[in-house]
Amino acid sequence: MNYRDAGLSDAEYERIKEMLGRTPNDLETALIGVMWSEHCSYKSTRRLLSQFPQSGRSVVQGPGENAGVVDCGGGWGLAFKVESHNHPSAVAPYQGAATGVGGIIRDILAMGARPAASMDGLFLGPPDSLKSANLAEGIVEGIAGYGNAVGVPTIGGKTFYDPCFEGNPLVNAFNCGFVRLDSIVSSRTAHPGHLAVLLGSKTGRDGIAGASFASKELDEDSRESRPQIQIGDPFEEKLLIECCLDLRDRGLIESMQDMGAAGILSSSSEIAHKSGVGMEIFCDRIPLRERMEPWEIFLSESQERMLLIVTPEKLDEVMGIAGRYELECVAVGAIIEGDRYRVLEHDVVIADLPVQILGSAPMIEWPAAAPADAAARRAPRPDMRSLDPAGDLLELLGSPAGRERREIWEQYDCQVQLHTAEEPGYPVSAVCLPDTDGLVLFAMEGEPWKCRADPFSGAAETMAQSLRVLALSGAEPLGMTNCLNFPSPEDPENFHVLSECVKGLATVCRDMGCPVVSGNVSLYNETPRGGIYPVPLVVTAGLVSHCAYYVSCGRAREGDAVCLVGPAAGSLGASRWQVICGGAGSSEPLGDVWAYDPNMEHAFAERAIATSRRACVRGGRVIAGGGLAVALAKSAIFCGLGMEVDLGELGGSGLTEVLFSEGGPRAVYAVQPECLDKFLSIWDGYPVARIGTVRGDTLKFGDVFELPVSELRYAFTEGDRLLRS
Amino acid sequence: MRTAVVVFPGSNCDRDARDAILDMGLGPVDMVWHSEDGFPEAPDLVLLPGGFSYGDYLRSGALAARSNIMRAVRAHAMSGGLVLGICNGFQILTEARLLPGALLPNSNLRFICSPCHIRVERNNTPFTRSFPERQVVQFPIAHHEGLFFLPPDELDELEERHQVVFRYADPVTREAGAPHAPNGALNGIAGIISREGNVLGLMPHPERATLKYLIRGTDGRGLWQSLGEHFGAFNVSPGREDVR
Repeated sequence: MNYRDAGLSDAEYERIKEMLGRTPNDLETALIGVMWSEHCSYKSTRRLLSQFPQSGRSVVQGPGENAGVVDCGGGWGLAFKVESHNHPSAVAPYQGAATGVGGIIRDILAMGARPAASMDGLFLGPPDSLKSANLAEGIVEGIAGYGNAVGVPTIGGKTFYDPCFEGNPLVNAFNCGFVRLDSIVSSRTAHPGHLAVLLGSKTGRDGIAGASFASKELDEDSRESRPQIQIGDPFEEKLLIECCLDLRDRGLIESMQDMGAAGILSSSSEIAHKSGVGMEIFCDRIPLRERMEPWEIFLSESQERMLLIVTPEKLDEVMGIAGRYELECVAVGAIIEGDRYRVLEHDVVIADLPVQILGSAPMIEWPAAAPADAAARRAPRPDMRSLDPAGDLLELLGSPAGRERREIWEQYDCQVQLHTAEEPGYPVSAVCLPDTDGLVLFAMEGEPWKCRADPFSGAAETMAQSLRVLALSGAEPLGMTNCLNFPSPEDPENFHVLSECVKGLATVCRDMGCPVVSGNVSLYNETPRGGIYPVPLVVTAGLVSHCAYYVSCGRAREGDAVCLVGPAAGSLGASRWQVICGGAGSSEPLGDVWAYDPNMEHAFAERAIATSRRACVRGGRVIAGGGLAVALAKSAIFCGLGMEVDLGELGGSGLTEVLFSEGGPRAVYAVQPECLDKFLSIWDGYPVARIGTVRGDTLKFGDVFELPVSELRYAFTEGDRLLRS
Repeated sequence: MRTAVVVFPGSNCDRDARDAILDMGLGPVDMVWHSEDGFPEAPDLVLLPGGFSYGDYLRSGALAARSNIMRAVRAHAMSGGLVLGICNGFQILTEARLLPGALLPNSNLRFICSPCHIRVERNNTPFTRSFPERQVVQFPIAHHEGLFFLPPDELDELEERHQVVFRYADPVTREAGAPHAPNGALNGIAGIISREGNVLGLMPHPERATLKYLIRGTDGRGLWQSLGEHFGAFNVSPGREDVR
């Protein structure tokens, strides 16, 4: 095999020869090539990612394992991670999305945790494009088909639409699971004399070199990449989950690793690398579905396989348990002293590499240059004024990115395992903690438009938004996981944007004390028509110590005071209103994005938590996409009551800013009249105003407009279905 | 009340059913693997849980209906013991011919997970005795094959014998029937009982409407309450209202 076919550059190949002191054979070249691919090595981003704060009070396991783990109290750890499956989903939407769900579930399982809940971030092309609609349908069916059968509830997610995702949809799969802190499984605990055991499906030719596939742009020939697509079997995965947890409970596993990208190769070499030991894999013992070459066997990404490290005396018991679950289980390798990673075929060594070399792809520092029009994109636009506020509100509520996505989440089983504490479609997703009255909340955020207009501020706003949503709901942050979806880093402008986005996320995480415990990078998200907008997607986990403190967004009663906390206006730049309603005369995201202010974020979070603890509100909602107008409209729709709002007291800002601007720590609350004084005293020292009352069945904005809640609901629930008909 | 929950490969509501029963104070619950020849102790109730037994491959419930443990389930039913099949468990009961009919793919050909209102058509069964007659309750649904089907004459016979126990309904008007079925079920049938009145199958999930503080209510407690009363279980072990 030519080293270029293995994805290696001239310089990398020279480096390999130097490190080895010889020329690698074909198999060795293939093994190194895939381990040095962007997907496996993070060679373009490792330096950037080191900016993320990784430690914190709650962190039990930071980045570097299959998933991060935080301490959520009562002796329980929460393992969680989000991972992209963008390229496979673009080519084979059903299987791509399904195996994305399956893969992230195995990452959580590999920590010894029972997978407890899934979420999905979907960034899709416009729903009125046939191609995008077909991809979207396949993706959703894939998530449902796999997630429902495997018995893990899909409790929420995020759906976003923009033409830049046509042909390159983003599928970011999140999973979390609970594990007793003293039962966490590590990939660092293999010792010489242990055996490497392959559990689960037979290895086949599906998904060969998927990691290399994910490390380049999609092109017109990507359909021919179908052999690189993996095929999922949720039934096998369900058995794998139960079997691995059974083995864990019986203390039969020393170490465990799931087989994701680069299959047997990466799982076995990572265990060897992290445990500081050598490894021998007997190629001919690996159960195969078909005749395969050694390099194919090592690079195959056949699904539903786990690599277990067990002691020889426990092997029989492990195989007995696996048999009960009707799973194939074979010892395929041995942990050895030293630092060699060897592949043997019928006792002949066919590859012999230092373990070190597989895990040490040289970092690449791509040149970075600010896009030529960067300053123009984020310059404030004075020319933004809504001519029809009522019409714009209905358009925002009914827009693809704004409206309810019931037809998607109704296909997902959100309830199995009996711990889902909030309906899908809410700003946060919630799971009950085992054995206690606490809740774990998750906020998934991604802001392609704001990151396009201003990468640093857009990413900072994304992260800050996730923390605001948690704080308003009553949760203290435990940690964050992220998926960085970007186009090719080889373009200096793209690399600059990527760097700025990482800096934005890292800044907020550091300031707000939210550690980053896991993550994933997906580069080369491009089609011949161009790159995607930057999408740093975050999922932040938070803890509510008692479910009574949880503040939901859908509760209000007639007579409650409607209060706004935070400045009267955020920013219209790259807002839903600017892009969807064509503010600034353009549907490109343009203008100044809210400038992140750590003091203000802290002040908001402290008061929001106090509000939750002192139980003085009925419900609340952070102001997000669509601004105050959409926040109030959704509150009205969710609680089924009207509101009378007097905008006169807001003063200063223009009407369009007040109604539709986004960004900044701002929220609306429904406050019981008898608690209003207590509420105002909590928010003392922060902008706070009573702006109206929950009353009647219309949403009345002073003398600007008055819309029946039924009409708002119709736009929100039917939305672009009306446009399609 | 002793319950045997049968666990098939691919079952995924087995633990949920156990947790709901234990939350009601109606233990003990034995989890019984599909390959067993019988139950560890004679059960009062055999429960076939929801999920995707054998991955729903071939046809939902078809493979599970032929698994080893089903001989013991059938013997339990034939001797008058109570059997409850929920969702995939209902599909298995029809495939095993312990209940008539078949569950076909939903009329919209999609998986539907949703709150769901059903009317209790009969409260003179061991499974429904604590519900007021014709009460409309909310048990969530989550299935891809929930369209209950029988040929017309057999359907008429089923109705004449009053074997329909739950029917999809409108929560406001309390009307029940086909127009209210989210999945196209004939006559709006959500759950049926055997002629002998000891084998019940239903598509909605009572165990998902049992624990407190979760989404989608606690109407399902009525079904477990009924079983507890039928077996006189509450004299021994009162319902633990304080536990989630």
